[in-house]
Amino acid sequence: MSASEPLVLKPASGWQALNLRDVWRYRELLLFFVWRDIKVRYKQTVLGVMWVLIRPVLSVLMFSVVFGRLAKLPSEGIPYPLFVLAAMIPWNFFAGAVGAASMSLVGNSQLITKVYFPRLVIPIATVLTNLFDMAVSFLLLGALMAWYGFVPGAAAIITVPAIFLLTALIALAISLWLGALNVTYRDVGNTIPFLLQIWMYATPVVYALTLIPVRWRWLASLNPMTGIVEACRSFLLGTPLDGRSLLVSVVLGSFTLFGGLFYFRRAERTFADTV
Amino acid sequence: MTAIIQVEGLSKRYTIGASRRTEERLKEALTERMKTLFTRRSSGALPEIWALKDIGFSVTRGTAIGIIGRNGAGKSTLLKILSRITDPTEGEVRLYGRVASLLEVGTGFHPDLTGRENIYLNGAILGMSRVEIRSKMDEIIAFAELERFADTVVKHYSSGMYMRLAFAVAAHLEPEILIVDEVLAVGDLAFQKKCIGKMQDVTGEGRTVLFVSHNLSAIESLCERALLLENGRLIMDATPSEVVKRYSSEGQILRTERRWTGTSAPGGEGLTLRAARVSPQAIQVRTPVTLEFDVDVTRRGVFNLSLQFYDEQNVLMFMSFPPDVQSGGGTLDEGSYTARCEIPGDLFNAGRVRVDVLGARDRGVLAFREEAAVSFEVHDSPDLRGGWWGHWPGAVRPRLAWTTIPARRQS
Repeated sequence: MSASEPLVLKPASGWQALNLRDVWRYRELLLFFVWRDIKVRYKQTVLGVMWVLIRPVLSVLMFSVVFGRLAKLPSEGIPYPLFVLAAMIPWNFFAGAVGAASMSLVGNSQLITKVYFPRLVIPIATVLTNLFDMAVSFLLLGALMAWYGFVPGAAAIITVPAIFLLTALIALAISLWLGALNVTYRDVGNTIPFLLQIWMYATPVVYALTLIPVRWRWLASLNPMTGIVEACRSFLLGTPLDGRSLLVSVVLGSFTLFGGLFYFRRAERTFADTV
Repeated sequence: MTAIIQVEGLSKRYTIGASRRTEERLKEALTERMKTLFTRRSSGALPEIWALKDIGFSVTRGTAIGIIGRNGAGKSTLLKILSRITDPTEGEVRLYGRVASLLEVGTGFHPDLTGRENIYLNGAILGMSRVEIRSKMDEIIAFAELERFADTVVKHYSSGMYMRLAFAVAAHLEPEILIVDEVLAVGDLAFQKKCIGKMQDVTGEGRTVLFVSHNLSAIESLCERALLLENGRLIMDATPSEVVKRYSSEGQILRTERRWTGTSAPGGEGLTLRAARVSPQAIQVRTPVTLEFDVDVTRRGVFNLSLQFYDEQNVLMFMSFPPDVQSGGGTLDEGSYTARCEIPGDLFNAGRVRVDVLGARDRGVLAFREEAAVSFEVHDSPDLRGGWWGHWPGAVRPRLAWTTIPARRQS
């Protein structure tokens, strides 16, 4: 930093500029956090990273038996295990990221009270850590698709990563709100597991969107995860794309993200005093 | 010389109670919001304290400056603002250089990572780049004297090894402004010297150091200038020796370890007090405290010490002497002795304790009386408060047995 341009610390009030440049400056720390969390998560576990695969395998088995075999839910002509896994990968990523990132500020309170860095680094790092788990669970999907003989279209190389980027941004958006609130109100942390559980059943993960009566479908697509899950299935398995709900995800996600960034920026000033 | 740090009218207000975890309830906030929605002003004034009030100073490049003050004087708050951890309530700070702050040793260390991995992580947290850390890796490991354990998981380290590793990373930071809080209080003496040497190198290279410590001799030897804070205000800004002198003369200094030499030693009747010590260093309400007194006996006789314990209001809380004196014991031959008095935990209330020592011969003849032979601070403990955070009155704070049982009807 040049001597002519000092860093000025003074009381801030109201809404602040986002200062995302500062986050960029701390990108190495961000990657170190991701690296630490991945490294530490599976230490002292016998199966290690295998856990990333075991969880979706068990869920797919369970859902296939309960909803595929017993309830005989229609799956748009796709084998049920594949149908549910294609939606579960983005959902698990979303739920894992929101669950962890919302708690991440409180979990890193030791750091927050002892050293400066843009606080935004913490939830972003947590979302990225979950992205790693998601990438590993893709191996499972690949295996299952090969088993059933499904080949995605060439466009999937672009559309699938794009949909995961969108999922990551929506997860971050929600986490910014919940995480910042949780610093002051621990009630939020207690609510998140229930919230996510209800949210999952409100999202067409184990069932198809077409199962919802047409006149209620608009309500289901107000859920930004509906568009994500449906689009992911469509891009991977070739089910029809519901463009409207995907558009809702993009618009709603963007609003939540910008709102979340500003709210977080406003709240982070008192994190060290309240956490 | 140009200023590298400029502080003007800096104040920080904390609202007590507003940040207490147990009181943080969404419902309260919502109802509060509803109230203020209509009245447009906050109801229920919460008690406030000014941790800092109207602080102003500036520091020139390459200066080492020490900050002195009692607990609660505002030192840590000042460092937290300068480190950008918390915002000031009023005033302004201008920093003309890259800041690295070391408010705690080993911030962000993870027990499940190896020494080497923690160097990367801790270095990044303190603001070093990956390239910088990699180039200094061997130097850091050598400085910490941990060559053989660099790839061992840190949770298997001894506390000494852990400290050395943490210091070593911090010592290799190269910011223009280094902010250090009380980190020299730990680690063994030889390693402390090494760190002080390293810090002197740092200022020698033209960097600026802000240094908070209770170790007055470290401040005197390291710094060219010192600030004295009291109740959030800056009351003195002068050379370290002047500031230390004023600080000590105001009785603000705790004397947990003393040594008397030559004729200054309290004594008489063949009994001389040579040294007095309080341990441990950090005392909480629940901590047992040990007092030790080294005495020389130059004439055989029956001797005893008695101790008088005073609180901050100068109230004599209690006195104590060895029980065997009453039963005819305490006869000492010529020589050197150490008398030890063990005080159980859960006795003192939080605050400063002053101990007067009286030496007696033949159970009644006063040999000497040394007022404030030692003094120590008992810190509050969050234990056993039952969620209550108010001031705990009383000279002592014993832990007593309580039971509440249903009343049995007499019939």
